[in-house]
Amino acid sequence: MERDTATRDYCVAAEKVAEAYSGDPDFVIPMLQDLQADFGYVPPEAARHVAELLHVPLSQLYSVATFYKSLSLVPRGKHLITVCMGTVCYLKGAREISAAIQSHLNVRPGETTADRLFTFQPVNCLGACALAPVMLIDNEYFDKVKLDQVADILAGYAKKEESDRDRD
Amino acid sequence: MTAETATVTVCRSTGCEAKGAGRVFAALEEAVAELAADGKQVRLKPTGCHGLCELGPIVVIQPGDIFYQNVREEDVPGIVRETILGGRLIESLLYEEPSSGEKLTCSAEIPFYSKQMRIVLQHNGIIDPTSIDEYVAVGGYGGLVRALTEMTPEEVIAQIEVAGLRGRGGGGFPTGRKWRSCREAGGETKYVICNGDEGDPGAFMDRSIMEGNPHAVIEGIIIGAYAIGAHEGFIYVRNEYPLAVVRLRKAIEDARRHGLLGRDILGSGFSLSIRINRGGGAFVCGESTALMASLEGRVGEPREKYVHTVEAGLHDNPTCLNNVETWANVPAIISRGGEWFASIGTEGSKGTKVFSLVGNVRNTGLVEVPMGITLREIVYDIGGGVPAGKALKAVQTGGPSGGCIPASLLDSPVDFDRLSELGSMMGSGGLIVMDEDTCMVNVARYFVNFLQEESCGKCTACREGIAQMSHILTRICEGEGREGDVELLLELCDIAEDAALCALGATAPNPVRSTIKHFPEEYHEHIREKHCPARECRGLFRYEILTEACTGCGRCRKECPEQAITGERKEPHVIEQSKCVQCGACFEACRFSAVVKV
Repeated sequence: MERDTATRDYCVAAEKVAEAYSGDPDFVIPMLQDLQADFGYVPPEAARHVAELLHVPLSQLYSVATFYKSLSLVPRGKHLITVCMGTVCYLKGAREISAAIQSHLNVRPGETTADRLFTFQPVNCLGACALAPVMLIDNEYFDKVKLDQVADILAGYAKKEESDRDRD
Repeated sequence: MTAETATVTVCRSTGCEAKGAGRVFAALEEAVAELAADGKQVRLKPTGCHGLCELGPIVVIQPGDIFYQNVREEDVPGIVRETILGGRLIESLLYEEPSSGEKLTCSAEIPFYSKQMRIVLQHNGIIDPTSIDEYVAVGGYGGLVRALTEMTPEEVIAQIEVAGLRGRGGGGFPTGRKWRSCREAGGETKYVICNGDEGDPGAFMDRSIMEGNPHAVIEGIIIGAYAIGAHEGFIYVRNEYPLAVVRLRKAIEDARRHGLLGRDILGSGFSLSIRINRGGGAFVCGESTALMASLEGRVGEPREKYVHTVEAGLHDNPTCLNNVETWANVPAIISRGGEWFASIGTEGSKGTKVFSLVGNVRNTGLVEVPMGITLREIVYDIGGGVPAGKALKAVQTGGPSGGCIPASLLDSPVDFDRLSELGSMMGSGGLIVMDEDTCMVNVARYFVNFLQEESCGKCTACREGIAQMSHILTRICEGEGREGDVELLLELCDIAEDAALCALGATAPNPVRSTIKHFPEEYHEHIREKHCPARECRGLFRYEILTEACTGCGRCRKECPEQAITGERKEPHVIEQSKCVQCGACFEACRFSAVVKV
């Protein structure tokens, strides 16, 4: 199924997700998840249009979008940094790693950096406990992360972004 | 051994992938292609999780069942040259027995595996989880064939009842009784749901089953749907498990193409379709009524269960919801019979249980053991004990709904009822080993904070009660505990247990009560002496330098952000306590173990 990401036409996108699930209000969450997969977040305008198409109150969509942590109504950064806050990771220093990321990027959990490069979202357990403490940036796992590695890892991404930008 | 007959398997589950299994696999693919060009056929395939995640990436070579651990991309040429072509073992990649230093070749020899009883996980690590043919080749879907062609739905339910299977998601409810109630409930439209929202921190059994053998789960669901009379099924998978979604999707598609899903399955007249829904990052959606609310496009708020979901669940229709591991047990029970299953385990807890054995234990990973085995056997015989010469303090079971079992009770058998009697619970299977350096008050605080974040907020007892527990525990861990705090915590526990709407709130007391019961002195020392006996709570212990161990190298002095350390080169250094902010930089920096926590 093609998604109309190039033009960022939220109405078209909303129509497409509504149609993909036959306009069934049961599938509001998968619809919002699909919008998020396309745009990197759930554009409120798209959500509004979905509500109209499905004949459900906008408040229901809003409550769903704000209840489920994986959904975001604001644009996210290019890279999603996740630190696992599961029991084993916690016992092996996840809090300190989380604090280091927050201090390094000047963001709180759930926030995006000013340059829109990173969004930091701690998560309650990735299920990779043998690798504790675990950090995930997009799809790249960092296992047994040490505190002094954090700055270097983040710098690596920033550097790549700069060189990509210089190239373009 | 000739290269023509060799089969090489690489674990490609999330844990090993994160450690570079993908690169190992790619390198082997190239090597195998080169060998093929020379006329030498070697089979290479991905498998699901073997369980010994600590030692991943894991590569197993047949014939010979050669078990290589911690395999890196650069090891591949050597493996091809020495083992695949030359029939020789590479010592450095073999498993080493920690106490004797002995090298073991096959997984069957390794105590971690030899003491397990793998029923649910029996094909993990052996079959390619993306291949329905491999699943069928090891007897997969044999249970479904038997159920549809030789058994009535009633007979299927009877076998599950004889087996004594109890829910593996945490509740431990008798599965046969649940299926029977759902079958007998009125209504034409019924649903089956697989709860793959494994949210307990420290637990990844369901992830490995979904990733490593998705067909076992699907076969179980189809058998269950047949028994109950449901024609629509849902698998609800945590958002944080993308690989599980991919594997399940492929498995459903393959099953459909083979006529094992869809209309008139195997010509039996029974039809079933299964769809996958992804979670949205809410722990509470692991609760059955919250999960169903989520499937209805609503916020994941549980409801009262005066009316059970087997009578009125999804869209008020009779719904049978079971955990991934519960469903995965069904094919074996139907194939081999309920009596066989009931012959394993204890009186009240039949069969096996998959645990995620994690924390301060040597062999971190997934283990499947018969019910009734003791915690000591799991931690020491299978887990290899506590590393770094530390003493075991407690084993935490049941996730945020569970409790801590102290070392003194380590000979307790693993059994639903016995664990509940000890103030914990089986839970979904997280088994977290904690050593002497773990602060038990901090553990209680961790779980309470977790539940506070994940509480849906609907009922006051949970929303406000857990928040207050969190405030008190935080104060205690920060050196501001007061006399009466412990009593107040216990009072809040009573209220949450009585008044909370769902199990999230009602079992929140467990971590608090069990740590107060078994480690009261830790609470008292935090409150009365403002000291953390485990030396974990920052500010409640001191760092000191041992004069006799300090070589005067000066590393700690350089690392200290507060310039709190003084000392001449080659002279013992000293920490000025008034300047010290207990950051621990000196402790991390010292190579002579001269910085100690007091």
